[in-house]
This record gives sequence, structure tokens and C-alpha cells, in this order.
Amino acid sequence: MAPRARIRWQSRQPSVIPGFGLALGVTLTWLTLIVLIPISGLLWRSSGLGWANFFALAFDERTVNALAISFGTAFVAAIVNLVFGVILAWVLVRYRFPGKRVIDAMVDLPFALPTAVAGIALTTLYAPNGWIGSLLEPLGIKIAFTPAGIVVALVFVGLPFVVRTVQPVMEEIDKEVEEAAATLGANRLQTITRVLLPGLLPAGLTGFALAFARGVGEYGSVIFIAGNLPYVSEIAPLLIVIRLEEFNYAAATAIATVMLFLSFLMLLVINTIQSWSRRRYSNGA
Amino acid sequence: MALDIGPTPTSAPSTPVGAATSETRLARATLIALALGFVGLFLLLPLGTVFIEAFRKGAGEFLAALGDPETFSAILLTLTVAGIAVPLNLVFGVAAAWAIAKFEFKGKAFLTTLIDLPFSVSPVISGLVFVLLFGANSALGPILQSYGVQILFAVPGLVLATVFVTFPFVARELIPLMQEQGTSDEEAARSLGATGWQTFWHVTLPNIKWGLLYGVLLCNARAMGEFGAVSVVSGHIRGETNTMPLQVEILYNEYNFVAAFAVAALLALLALATLVLKTALELRYSDEIAASRRH
Amino acid sequence: MSSNGFAGILKLALVIGSMQLGSIGLAQADTTILNVSYDPTRELYKDFNAAFAEKWKTDTGETVTIQTSHGGSGKQARSVIDGLAADVVTLALEADIDAIAAATGKIPAGWKTRLDNNSAPYTSTIVFLVRKGNPKGIKDWGDLIRDDIQVITPNPKTSGGARWNFLAAWAWARDANNGNEAKAQEYVGELFKHVPVLDTGARGATTTFVQRGLGDVLLAWENEAFLSLEELGPDNFDIVTPSISIKAEPSVALVDGNVDAKGTRKVADAYLNYLYSDAGQKIVAKHYYRPFKPDAADPEDIARFADVKLVTIDDFGGWKEAQSKFFADGGIFDQIYKPGR
Repeated sequence: MAPRARIRWQSRQPSVIPGFGLALGVTLTWLTLIVLIPISGLLWRSSGLGWANFFALAFDERTVNALAISFGTAFVAAIVNLVFGVILAWVLVRYRFPGKRVIDAMVDLPFALPTAVAGIALTTLYAPNGWIGSLLEPLGIKIAFTPAGIVVALVFVGLPFVVRTVQPVMEEIDKEVEEAAATLGANRLQTITRVLLPGLLPAGLTGFALAFARGVGEYGSVIFIAGNLPYVSEIAPLLIVIRLEEFNYAAATAIATVMLFLSFLMLLVINTIQSWSRRRYSNGA
Repeated sequence: MALDIGPTPTSAPSTPVGAATSETRLARATLIALALGFVGLFLLLPLGTVFIEAFRKGAGEFLAALGDPETFSAILLTLTVAGIAVPLNLVFGVAAAWAIAKFEFKGKAFLTTLIDLPFSVSPVISGLVFVLLFGANSALGPILQSYGVQILFAVPGLVLATVFVTFPFVARELIPLMQEQGTSDEEAARSLGATGWQTFWHVTLPNIKWGLLYGVLLCNARAMGEFGAVSVVSGHIRGETNTMPLQVEILYNEYNFVAAFAVAALLALLALATLVLKTALELRYSDEIAASRRH
Repeated sequence: MSSNGFAGILKLALVIGSMQLGSIGLAQADTTILNVSYDPTRELYKDFNAAFAEKWKTDTGETVTIQTSHGGSGKQARSVIDGLAADVVTLALEADIDAIAAATGKIPAGWKTRLDNNSAPYTSTIVFLVRKGNPKGIKDWGDLIRDDIQVITPNPKTSGGARWNFLAAWAWARDANNGNEAKAQEYVGELFKHVPVLDTGARGATTTFVQRGLGDVLLAWENEAFLSLEELGPDNFDIVTPSISIKAEPSVALVDGNVDAKGTRKVADAYLNYLYSDAGQKIVAKHYYRPFKPDAADPEDIARFADVKLVTIDDFGGWKEAQSKFFADGGIFDQIYKPGR
């Protein structure tokens, strides 16, 4: 990076590159129209509720449960994705095997496949009479229509995030580091756990957080496979829809505001991790 | 598809594998099996299911399902919505990346977070904000209605919700790429007397074209496949405001499973085409792309 | 290459976009009315719309296009409240139309008396759909809370049909316990413990029962149950009629505010009245709804309906009271689902 990468207190650095005004103008206008105005509309509506009312609606027992289910299942799914995402990225970067290119391309499928389609397909597979569901049924394992079903859907939705954030970092790992570790007497497992994995931590965390954030808000794929039972498998976005259908705009707005706040918080965390890792990297280089 | 030819795109391709810097055969096989099992269980099987269900009653039924006029209008509507939303976000994405990557200014980190926001907002909320903004009992709704302007339950509402949901896609792709490339190329072009636009068209654009294309592909795929947000603002008028994903739900709810999966298969094909296109580009232009690898 | 390529894609997108906008514009040339309806009426209105369009053409020489929108009753009502320009609404519950009337003023408060039979041109009831041969021997409401039984019903909060399910179950339990409401609540609470999935709409519940093979009995609209037999094979399911059920009255109403703004009052009015005509009643019965005037329908269609003792919504003090007592926030349904009972 150029040595001038330090934020100054003036609004912009003098630069020979033109178009700052135009580019920022377009950005801010579009951002305001599409994101800020609609979202402030939501906040304005919920501010009309008054604090007491807002808290009563937002922290109602069923809402808290739904939020807990959303965050809990998204967390478990993100953990699964972290573990298997790192393995998958490792296999794709380090090994050669037939069909590798296809697998690599397929990783992006959840980005491209509509979530409703994913939901229906997963339900077809994991229902008690589906291919996978019927294999698990005799073992007493139920996936579809339980919180486990939500996790399955969220694993699908979040799968690309960890792989795609970890993969490029793995590609840049210098073999010399591993060789050095080996020369110093570390066995392979030690090299991986003590040397390689810590270096992957920031990328892995970013991918984890992205998958987590995406999972918390997911709706389309989940409603088909979750049982949608209040207090058991009812996710927060579904509760918003339910409140809307009861004509209870106040409650829908309150839940939406809480979720919006939490999403924003998660983004801040993600961005912090990213800038932390960037600093780490530039220090190490 | 090309299998296992040429060097792997790793930074250390042909290093002979010593025991200390590589895993045992067994460990390798186990890891590959784990990874493939995971991909198979969570990606390939669901995808396969879509196609199997779509062709359950043969290709004839599949084609008949796609020929239905309501399905056809859903396809057209989806193309329209994506056709409007994607170019808008393309222009926005380039502008945002230009401002953020090429300049330093106060509040940049905050601006980046705001741009990312739609990405982590639940699609249901993305639809809800427009209902609250333009609904009949909002401040704006009745005014627009008195002028006969229909936003919700019509194409404008669908476009707005889609633009919101796909808002960060192009920008997210470009910002890290342009940050990495720095500003020296542009500064050189300027010092040689190029105008701002010339610099952009002849210097910047060629540098970012792969990232841009990838962003557009993902943006387009998401725009065509969005379900939650458009479901809230659509009104579900048959043959009028149902996009393809909504049509899937409707057909599914009418016990017309073959037709539902036929439309779903079409959407899946679209997703696959996106991935094939992306992979083909990567294969063909791997050198050029090496520099612009995804963040 | 790249800049040309992008410009090309952009142009193509714009061309497709403008073509599509043009075609939407053209489609509006004829009179178009929008019927916003609930989930299980898709097949009914497909037939009925065609019949009405033909009739309207013969009577007036005008071509009318009827658009329909289907979904859960509450969701549909919400869309109309938020500005979906419905000319007529044909929903599962009086309460949903009341909500539109109260929130928008586009429907006058006394709408219910504007058409015959409380504005319900057809009625239905709640029956049990069970697996072929009724392997679990389910005969009446009392069987549903046996240990080995799983019940599928949609969520009463989001589905009109499910509210009728709930009230029918309540009616039976109240009757069986000599009017003891506490006992009735105990029974219904127990019943919902046997529900493994709460789908948001009637169609979702049917799919869960039929396609996913979940549950032993589906609580369904009578017309939905018959339709499932027709669509998904009579070899797979049987219909069981319980000893007591409820007379479900899906209501229809003209949305005055919208038809006056669009100038479609005449045709929309005729559309609703045609539901009450002999021809309309025949179509209704063909689609397994109980017609308001049974004499107008085919006798064979009528013969399919079992005789069953029916309570009505008035036995619950009308929809307003039932809604606030059972289904409002914090109402009996919410209490049933409180955890840790």
C-alpha cells in the first residue's frame, strides 16, 4: 500500500485522480435512496412506539425465543461451516483429485441458487420419507421439521463464505514456513495446528462471521424445512412475517429493529476482524 | 470440464512433497473424503433433487410446465426486474468502489459498513422497510396513490426490493480489488495527459473487468433468485407480479410439483450457467485473474 | 473487449426491460379486476373466472380479465391494507375483511349484510384426512390426543383455515365436557402438543401431510380434503367426518374504495353476484364447497357432503369476540404455546 494510507482530518487527500465528487455523489445518493431512507423509515416507525412499548414488544418471551433460535442455529451452522469449510478449502488448495474444478465451482452454488429452491430441495431430501431422511429415521434421527433442519438449511446457505475467505489466504501460505517448522522438528500435525491454523484464523473468523450473519436473517430456505413451532423451531424472520399477518405492525417493526441493530453490530465485528487481520498481515510482511 | 490438467493454482505447485510438509496418504484420503462428502450431502444432492423431481414425469411434462403462460410471464418479469436492478447496482458499485478505494476521506469505514448492511439484513426486513415506506398507511403511500403511482405490488416495488438486496454485491467485489491495485496506474495515465474518463475506460476498467464481471454475475444470480424480500412486496397477482421464485412457491402450493421443480430447475440451470461462466473465465484468463483473486 | 461487452449486456438488459414494460402497458387495455383470495380457492376461481368472463362477454360485449392472487388469508388481507388494489376480496374469515374495513375504510363497516348468507356464497367445514384404511382408527376429536397420534394443522395465527380447525376442536371439547371451557382449553392444549409442524398456510400443511408423509391426521377444510383425494390419488387417503364440526363461512366483499377509484364497480359487483347465481353455485359445489343454494348444484356433487352436526361462529359470540379471546396476542392460543406449562 502507498505510504499515504492514513486518515487525515480533512475530507479528502489531495490527489491527481479525478472523479471523487462524482463517485462519492453517486454513491451517497444511491445509498440514501435505497438503503438509508427505507431503514430510517423503519427506525422512525419503531421510535413512534415509545421505549416502554418497544421493549415490551421486542423482548416479549416468544420474540426472545425466536431470536435465540435464529442466533443459535446460525451459530451451530457457522461452526459446521468453519470446520468443513477449512477442510474443503485445504483440499481444494493442496490436493489434486479428479473433479476438483467442478467441486471448486460448485462451492458458489448457494450464492446463485434461489433460497426457496434450496429449501424445497432440502426438505424433499431430509423429510422422514426423503432419501436421507428415510435412512436416518430408523436411527431415531429427525432432521426436517426440527431445529436440526434449520441448521441444515443454514449450512447450505453459509457454505461458500468460509471456503471463499480462507482459500485465497491458504494459497498465499509460503511453503518455506512449513519447511522451517519441519526442520525445527515439528511433526506434520504440530505444523498444522501451531503454524498454519493460527495464520488462517482471521480469514476463518471473517468467513464464520459472514456465514453467521447471513444465517441469522435467512428466511426462504428455512421456512420449508423448519417445523415453525413457537418456542421450538420458529425463527425470528418468520415471527416478523407472522406479526405482519396478524396486522401487528408495531411488533413486526420492533423485532425488525432489534434484528437490524444486531446485523449492524455483526458487520462492525466483521469489519474490525478484517482490519485487525490486515494490520497483522502488513506487520508480518 | 477439464479435470486435473495443468498446474494447480497454488503458489507452490511443483514442490516435491516431503513427509514433513505434507500429510500421509491416509490423512489426505480422509480429508478429501470428508470434503467431498460434505459437498455431496449439502450441495450436489439438493441440486440433483431439483432436476430429478423436474423430470420425474419425463421431458414432455417438463417442457409443458415451462410453456404455461403464467410461468412464462414470471420468467419475463424476473428478467425485467434483474435487467433494471443489475445495471443500477453496477453503476453504483463502480462509483462506490472508485470513491472508497482511490481516495481517503473521513467516515470511510462507516460508509463501507453501510454499503454492506443490506447483505446481512434479513430479506424479510428488506421487504418490510418498503412496505412501511410506501404502504397505504405510511406518510408517502397515500400521496403517491393520489397521483396513481403504484410502487408496492407492482414492478417498481419488486425492483426496489431487489436493488436493496443486491446492493453490495458489485461494490464488495470491487473495493478490495481496487484497493489492492492502488492508484499508481491512474496517476501515471493522468501525468501523461489522459482525461478522467479516458483514465477510467482505458486504465481502470481493464484492470478490474474480471472482478466486475464476477460481481455482476453474482448480483444477477441473487437478483433473479431473491425470494423473501420480493415475497413481501409482490402481492402475488398471477401472471402479473409473480417472479420465478414466487412462481415456484405457487406451483408447489398447487400440488403441481413437476411444474414447481421445472421452474426451480430453470433457476438452478441459471445458477449453474453463472458458475460455469465464472469457471471458464478463470480457466482462460487465470493469469490476469491471479492478481484479482477474490478477497 | 470488456467495455464493449459490458455495454452490450447493459443495452440488452435495457431492451428486455423496456419490452416488458411495454407489454405490461398493453395488457391493461381491457377491463381488469383483481380478486384477492386465500389459499384453497385456486382451482375454484380458475373455473369460476372463465365462466364469469364468458357470461360478461355475452351480456355486455366487454372483455374482462380477472386476475387472482392467493396466499394465507391474513397475509392477503395485509396486502390489501398496504395498498394491493383488490376489486373484490374472497377470504377465509370475516375477521380478515373486518380488518381491511377498519384499517383502510375502503370497505364499509356493514359489508356483511350487503350479500346473502352473511356474504358467504359458499361454506365448508372441517374434516379429518387420514391415511388409506385409517390405520390408526381415528373416528372423532377424542382420538386425536391419543399417545400414538400426530396431528397436522397450520398455524391459527397465520392461516384462516387453522382458526376454523381450532374452533371446531374447541366446540367438540366444550360439548363433550358439558360446556366446561377450562376442560375445552385443556383438550385443545393437549391437541397442539400432538402437532409436530405448524405450517403458515393450509396448503403448506397439506403438503407436509401428503408429500412428506408426516402425521397421522390432517385437519383440513372439507374442500381441501376432497381436492387432495382428487389431486393426489384416492388410493392414499380417506376422509373422516367427526361427530361435531364447524360451519366455516369464507366471506366475500367488494372493496368500494378501490372499485370507485378504478371505475370497476359494475363488473366487480356482477362478479360477486354471479357467485350466488345458479351457474356460480354449480361451480362452487363442483369444487367441493357447500353451496348456499344446494338446489342449484348437481345432486351428485351435493351427495358427497356428509351430514354432520355443525356449530357456527355465533356459538362463539361472533368473530370479533372469538378473535380477541382465542387468537389475539396473549389470547388462548398464545397461552397454549407458553413453554414450561
